[in-house]
This record gives sequence, C-alpha cells and structure tokens, in this order.
Amino acid sequence: MKILVGVKRVIDAYVKVRVKSDHTGVETQNVKMSMNPFDEIAVEEGVRLREAGTADELIAVSIGPDQAQETIRTALAMGADRGIHVVADGRVEPLAIAKIFKELIARENPDVVILGKQAIDDDNNQVGQMLAALMGWSQGTFASKIELGAGQAKVTREIDGGLETLDLKLPAVLTTDLRLNEPRYASLPNIMKAKKKEIAKLTADELGVDTAPRVEILKVTEPPARQAGVKVESAAELVEKLKNEAKVI
Amino acid sequence: MAPDAATAQDLSEEERIIFDSVDKFIEQDVRPHAHKLEAADEYPREIADKLAEMGLMGATIGEEYGGLGLSASTYSKIVERVSSCWMSVSGIFNSHLIAAAAVERFGTEDQKRYWLPKMASGEMRGGIALTEPDCGTDLQAVRTTAKKDGNEYVLNGNKMWITNCIEGNFLAVLAKTDPETEPKHKGMSLILVEKDAGYKTSKLHKLGYKGIDTGEVVFDNTRVPLTNLIGPDEGRGLQQILGGLELGRINVAARGVGVARAALNDAVAYALDRKTFGKPIAEHQSIQIKLADMATRVEAAHLLVDSAARAYDKGQRCDMEAGMAKLFATEAALENAIEAMRIHGAYGYSKEYNVERYFRDAPLLCIGEGTNELQRIIIARQLTERAQG
Ligand SMILES: Cc1cc2nc3c(=O)[nH]c(=O)nc-3n(C[C@H](O)[C@H](O)[C@H](O)COP(=O)(O)OP(=O)(O)OC[C@H]3O[C@@H](n4cnc5c(N)ncnc54)[C@H](O)[C@@H]3O)c2cc1C
Repeated sequence: MKILVGVKRVIDAYVKVRVKSDHTGVETQNVKMSMNPFDEIAVEEGVRLREAGTADELIAVSIGPDQAQETIRTALAMGADRGIHVVADGRVEPLAIAKIFKELIARENPDVVILGKQAIDDDNNQVGQMLAALMGWSQGTFASKIELGAGQAKVTREIDGGLETLDLKLPAVLTTDLRLNEPRYASLPNIMKAKKKEIAKLTADELGVDTAPRVEILKVTEPPARQAGVKVESAAELVEKLKNEAKVI
Repeated sequence: MAPDAATAQDLSEEERIIFDSVDKFIEQDVRPHAHKLEAADEYPREIADKLAEMGLMGATIGEEYGGLGLSASTYSKIVERVSSCWMSVSGIFNSHLIAAAAVERFGTEDQKRYWLPKMASGEMRGGIALTEPDCGTDLQAVRTTAKKDGNEYVLNGNKMWITNCIEGNFLAVLAKTDPETEPKHKGMSLILVEKDAGYKTSKLHKLGYKGIDTGEVVFDNTRVPLTNLIGPDEGRGLQQILGGLELGRINVAARGVGVARAALNDAVAYALDRKTFGKPIAEHQSIQIKLADMATRVEAAHLLVDSAARAYDKGQRCDMEAGMAKLFATEAALENAIEAMRIHGAYGYSKEYNVERYFRDAPLLCIGEGTNELQRIIIARQLTERAQG
C-alpha cells in the first residue's frame, strides 16, 4: 500500500503571531517556522503504518516556497521514504492545493492520502474534503483512529455528539485530528539518513494547475485587546453584575 | 527567549532540524521529570536511554565509527539547549564523549573499530577518571598505578569525583604506568577500564549536579588487557587528556550558557508576572538593570562559545579562546543564577522553583574541566606567549 501525506510549513504553534504594519498579512520574516501540527500527526500515522508493514511506501508532499524543503526533510527524518516538493511562492488557496494533490495522485497512484484536518495558519479545513470530491474518493475527516485493511479503512471521527465510526472503501482521503496519535521527534541518526533521501521538485505549472488566488484579502488586523477582568467580592455581587452589567442572566 | 531565535536564519537546514528535534525531546522527555528526579537525586535512567536513542551518545564520534560526526559548533548548541533545561543531563553524554574523543584522536585503528561503535550507540557508556582524593588541578601528582603483568595491566589506586562511574560501564583512567620516570607525565597513560574488569564505586553527595552519578572509584588489583591502553605507546596519557581539553572547555562553556539562559528566561517570566506597587517588577528600574545585564551576559557567552567552537572546527588553535569561553560562560551562569534568585525574592529560595537549582548547579561549572582560577592562568600565559611571538 502506498500512502501520500501532506506537510505544510507554517508559523510555529508557540510563536506569538504579529500582523504586518501594512495589514496585508502576518509577519513571517525571522519567525520560527515548523511543520503544521496536524500534518505531523499525519506523518506519524503514515510512519506507524509503514513500520507495521501495512504500507510499503510513504511519500511526503509539501506545496510552498523553497524553505518548505526543510519541512519535507523533517518528515523524511521521521520516517517517510521520499518527498515531493511543489515549489510555490505566495498564497495558494485550498482548491489549488487540492488540484495539485489530484495531479500528484494521478502520477503516484496512492491508496490513501492522509492530510491534517487543517493548517494552523489559515484554519481553512478544506483541502481534504475538496480533494475527496475532486477524486470521487471516500473521505474520513477528523480521524481519531485509523485502521486500514485490504481495500478498506475503518475510521473513527470526533464529532459534536461523540465518536462516529465509518467503514470506507479505498482509495480514500483521511484527515487527522489531534488525538489520533502523539507524533515522534526524529532521532539524530534518522535526521542524518534523511539527508540522503530523494526529494523531487516540481512546479504547479508543470502539473497544469493555476494557483492564482481567487479570494482577495482586504485587510488583516489584530483582534481587539482584551480588557482586564474585575474581581468581585461575593457571589451576590457576581450575580448582580451578570444581570445588570453583562446582561447575560 | 528560545536559544538562537535571532540567529536561526544563520543555521543550516540540518542544524535547524536537529535543534528542533532536540527541543522536542527536552520538552517531552526531560522537562516534565527534571524537578522531581533532581529533588530525589535520582539517576534519570529513562532520559539516559532516550539520549542514546536520539544518537547523542555518539554526537561527536565520526560517522565512519557509527557516530553522528557533529561539528563542535553544532554540538555545543545541543549542550546549551539540554543544559538550559537540566544541566545534569548533559553530563551523561559530555564526559562519555570526552573519553570517546581520546580514543578517536589517539587510539589505534583496531581500538577505534572496537570501541567507538559501542560508545556511539550507548551500549558502552562511561566517563573519564583523572581526579584523585589528593589531586585535581595538578594531574602530574596522580598516584593510581597500572603495572604490566604478562598480557595485562594491573590497576591500583583511588579516583574521586568521577562522573558516570556508577551507571556507566567503562572509564578512561589516567594512571602511572611508570611511577619513577621524570618528567612525571612521561610515565602517565590513559587506559580504558570496563566495569566488568572489577572496580568498586560509591556515590558522592553533592550540592548540585544531582541525579547524575558522581562517585569515588577504587581499583584493587583490577586487571585489563594491555590493548586497553589508548594508543600504541605508554607515557602519552597526560598529553592525550590535555589534547581533549579544548573541546572539553567548549563543552562546559556551553553548559554555562545553558544555565545562564535558563536563569534569564525564568527571571524575565517572573518579573513580568510578579507585581509590586501596582506594576510588574519588570518595570522597576533596578530589576530592568539586572535583566539587561543578564541578557547581555547570555548573548556574550553564547558568542564566545560559538566563536571558539568554529575555530576548533576549522582546526585553528583555540586553547585561549576556549579558555575564555569557559571562564566567561561559567561565571555568567553563576552570576545569572544569583540575580535570578534575587529577582524571585523568597520564591527564588524555594524548592518549588528551578532558580535555586541553577544556583546550586552553576558553581560546579566554575570548578570542573579546569577551575576558573586555572583558566585565567592559562589565558594570561597564552597572552604573554603570543605577545612575545
Ligand atoms: C560534580 C563534580 C564532577 C566531577 N566529575 C569529574 C570527572 O568525571 N572526572 C574527573 O576526573 N574529575 C571530575 N571532577 C573533579 C574536577 O575536575 C576537579 O574538582 C577540578 O579539576 C579541581 O580539582 P580539585 O578539586 O582537586 O581542586 P584543587 O586542584 O585542589 O584546587 C583547589 C583550589 O586551588 C586552586 N589552584 C590549584 N592550582 C592552582 C595554581 N597552580 N594556581 C592558582 N590556583 C590554583 C584551584 O583553582 C582551586 O581554587 C568533578 C568534580 C565535581 C565537583
């Protein structure tokens, strides 16, 4: 079985994000960048399937600027076999990403594509669903458990009311939720080995995908600063304030 | 402030990936356990096993011998990161790698092929045994002997303050193979002794640097094969040790940067949080002055270590530079630990916080790997020597 995982380079989850002074986006210069945490979970899941012998090849794909190669290299150090880097500068919207994946699927013929449920920079939560639709494949989103069998997958998903289990036919697109697994960190010997693994470089043009944005960003601003809270002396005062000041009860 | 936040752009892709992994290892597998293990003075066995899995037991050992072959510059930044969480953990691989470096630099090809892969994988873990009850700085006064008997050396004597001697399974021991020779160093040799050969250890109780095993070692007719002598010839032991000192000093200096940085980070966080007279203490000028001085020391120490490490990697002479880095960075650790304690007020004196640990850990760095008094002597000697051409 062949698995494709998507790995996006995003601002590190622990960085305090700042809006650029011209309000066109957020500052990414001199900011620590990392693999999108949901994608780390996707890679981990792929590596576990690879180690268990369920999968025999794991390919990490990143669509992004030159530096996205580092994100692929990290996936290779975690245990992916090879990488594909679709070099793209600037903003690439979810539909274009899904179309690029569609073209890669045509070339690679994977049985399963595992993506993060969303990237923590734009929080779109769209690529997995769009890709499944474009391909006419089954989809299992927000997976908290994945069991792969011959030609089928059993996927447990986290939904509002609890857990839902789906039986899917392969090929399928799966997206990861936070509790699917705890991603490993790469050991240093594996980081060294990853240096020798192959990363193929392509462009969206070569794949025949137009990545020009369809959505125009008018302005990016900081959320309004939160006002300091107040301490109340008693429960009675709290009730009074909730009634008359906050007007919520 | 994350280490290298400002200079991250100057790092290679490989270094960024390595440091990222090391940071994750520290946050997931070291930080959550550090406080408890240190308070109990308990050996961090699981962490030691993880260090081996991470490949750190072979960090500076050449790739051809199963190590990672990291440069001193990359390695020192790993040591800095580990030490900024819990300094003791760096000791597990630091003195181990100094022993390995002696084998790699001075051992015969057979010795390298036999020992280094085992040291790199962590199957063999150990340290260096130089200091004795009656001598530390003055190593020529070593009294432990290794006498030839057939195909074996027979070791007798006591070693003191030996890190990794209880949990590890080998030591590189400085001993006199010829006690009568003058000058004395010509009678001194470095010999690898496996624990199986039989030596007794007992744990020493320390102010800081807890968790890691530092102990006394007793050799009582301990026999090892003659082939355990590092290198082909006797009488090179002191030279071999002094030859590894530059890397050793860079190593301890990097630990100093780590402890100094930890103290700074804790102090900044606390100063923003703690309020007196209606504002965070970080807004009081006397605290600001402390923070500014602490941060400047961290940055200066980091740069001194990095420049010594880069010189070392280029094969340039850097004994004076490594000495300066060791002196400055370890004093920075001690000063920052004290300042962090003052900024924390009573909480700095509390076992609940990590600051009192930095305060107990830092002084070791001023003593180990050549005391700072000795560093000053060496630096001054180099200065005057170089000035005279
Ligand atoms: C926690 C810990 C772990 C250690 N781990 C190891 C280990 O793994 N292996 C190992 O071999 N050793 C180890 N040591 C020992 C350490 O290297 C020595 O303590 C150090 O070299 C100093 O030696 P000493 O304690 O005998 O002090 P001494 O040499 O007795 O020095 C005492 C004082 O005199 C000063 N002094 C000495 N000579 C001169 C001089 N010529 N001019 C001016 N001042 C001088 C010193 O600076 C110091 O202030 C460890 C020590 C500690 C505390």
